[in-house]
Amino acid sequence: MLRDITLGQYYPGNSVIHRLDPRVKIIGTMVYIVALFVVHTFVGFAISFVALAAVIAVSKVPVKFILRGLKPIFFIILFTFVLNMFMYSGEVLVKIGFLQITKEGLYTAFFMATRLILLIIGSSLLTLATRPMSLTDGIESLLKPFSKIGLPAHELAMMMTIALRFIPTLLEETDKIMKAQQARGADFETGNIFKRAKHLIPILIPLFISAFRIAQDMAMAMEARCYRGGDNRTRMNVMKYSKIDGVACVILALFVGAAILERILI
Amino acid sequence: MSIQARNITHIYSEGLPHESVALFDISFEIDDGEFVGIIGHTGSGKSTLLQHLNGLLKPKSGQIVVGGVDITAGKVSMIDIRRRTGLVFQYPEYQLFEESVAKDVAFGPQNLGLPPEEIESRVEEALQLVGLDYNEFKDKSPFDLSGGEKRKVAIAGVIAMKPEVLILDEPTAGLDPKAHRDILSMIENIHDHEKNITILVTHKMDDVARLADKILVMEDGRLVMNGTPEEIFSQKEALSGMGLSIPEPTELIIDCRECGMDLPADVLTIDQAEEALVAVLAK
Repeated sequence: MLRDITLGQYYPGNSVIHRLDPRVKIIGTMVYIVALFVVHTFVGFAISFVALAAVIAVSKVPVKFILRGLKPIFFIILFTFVLNMFMYSGEVLVKIGFLQITKEGLYTAFFMATRLILLIIGSSLLTLATRPMSLTDGIESLLKPFSKIGLPAHELAMMMTIALRFIPTLLEETDKIMKAQQARGADFETGNIFKRAKHLIPILIPLFISAFRIAQDMAMAMEARCYRGGDNRTRMNVMKYSKIDGVACVILALFVGAAILERILI
Repeated sequence: MSIQARNITHIYSEGLPHESVALFDISFEIDDGEFVGIIGHTGSGKSTLLQHLNGLLKPKSGQIVVGGVDITAGKVSMIDIRRRTGLVFQYPEYQLFEESVAKDVAFGPQNLGLPPEEIESRVEEALQLVGLDYNEFKDKSPFDLSGGEKRKVAIAGVIAMKPEVLILDEPTAGLDPKAHRDILSMIENIHDHEKNITILVTHKMDDVARLADKILVMEDGRLVMNGTPEEIFSQKEALSGMGLSIPEPTELIIDCRECGMDLPADVLTIDQAEEALVAVLAK
């Protein structure tokens, strides 16, 4: 059933990672991604892996849950791996027709795949351990300085918030419409791809109409409460840096230091 | 044609942290041609129960037999179940999608694989039954109609499948009083005309009291009462404990009885109340 889909993949919890200020987590994730490109040997990846594993352990998000998030991009990782494996010239290990696997190719393939996997797990941890709403609050707060040069920080964050807010609503709506059409004998499960696409029309048209209706109601409700953008708006939850955020920053700095040292020394 | 439900239990999101028991050990029987009302406040499991009756949801345990066919069995044909039981959802006008009223009503019969002539005659008949003129409405876009008309078209879309069991989930929710009356008399009309089983979920006690042969009362996923309107609405205290009320005429007569007037206890409709009061006042 549609309502069982995990959304925004947030994994509820109350660990230190969950309680960190979202701004620290966003910056931390970005720094981690950059660090993955700074390091250039498997030693660097080992450091990154240990750091990531430690964060996952502290966050108490089950590893199984994280790996499930990797499934959809498994193909991309495989594609990168295979491409790199065949595309490098050097010491030939295996030769199949005009394709050849070189030692350097194999090394790069593993290197790239490791980087990609760490990259994806690292960034998915951000959404796993941060409530979508505090994530958008964090983004808004971080983008605030750019509003001086005309970036609509508040509006962007508001749009993200609304989009996130309506995912479950629209899923519920889809579920309802699908059932109503099934009750009228519609069949979504059989037939070839063209037939199935055609069967989507009785769902998509009512869904679009609903989406517009909901959006209009929402706009009206916001206006009725005098909403007028970000200027001088106060918030219910004011974000404050606490001690754990300081500790997190120190640990992050140590990690960055290790990554840079790896680059220089090895 | 009859319906037997035996010990149905349904659990939403089983195995996940937010699992909830939506239906618990529900059993009831509905005989041929009966008009059944289901009452219970929001979240009591009424809609979940309805979806079981036409195979949209499968119970975790228990058995539902419609017209001798066990629809909870594995190999049963869904299209066959939907031919037997037609389900009109809450706010059914949101399911309209075709460019014309006639095409939209024809969607169900088409899915049943009927020949074109049969479909056309069914569409015409269904629209007449819901009180819309076929020639006037058939080419109109369903999105240009009023709220009440849209709802009638949506109901016609289910009626055109000629179900032996017609289930309506709060068919008058959000309508004005006139549209409310229209829809109800239409349902009554269809019930008289088709002699089908009609199951009506509603929050209007006056409507169920007047129309139903039998009433099922749901609370927290359980079936707590099952009986005739007279039996159900004589339990004012129990009903108000569940956040439900009794029909207004019944309420009035009870108040009068408490004031010492000699009135019968089983008054349900405004006509019966009038009759009883006139009889007493004439003395």
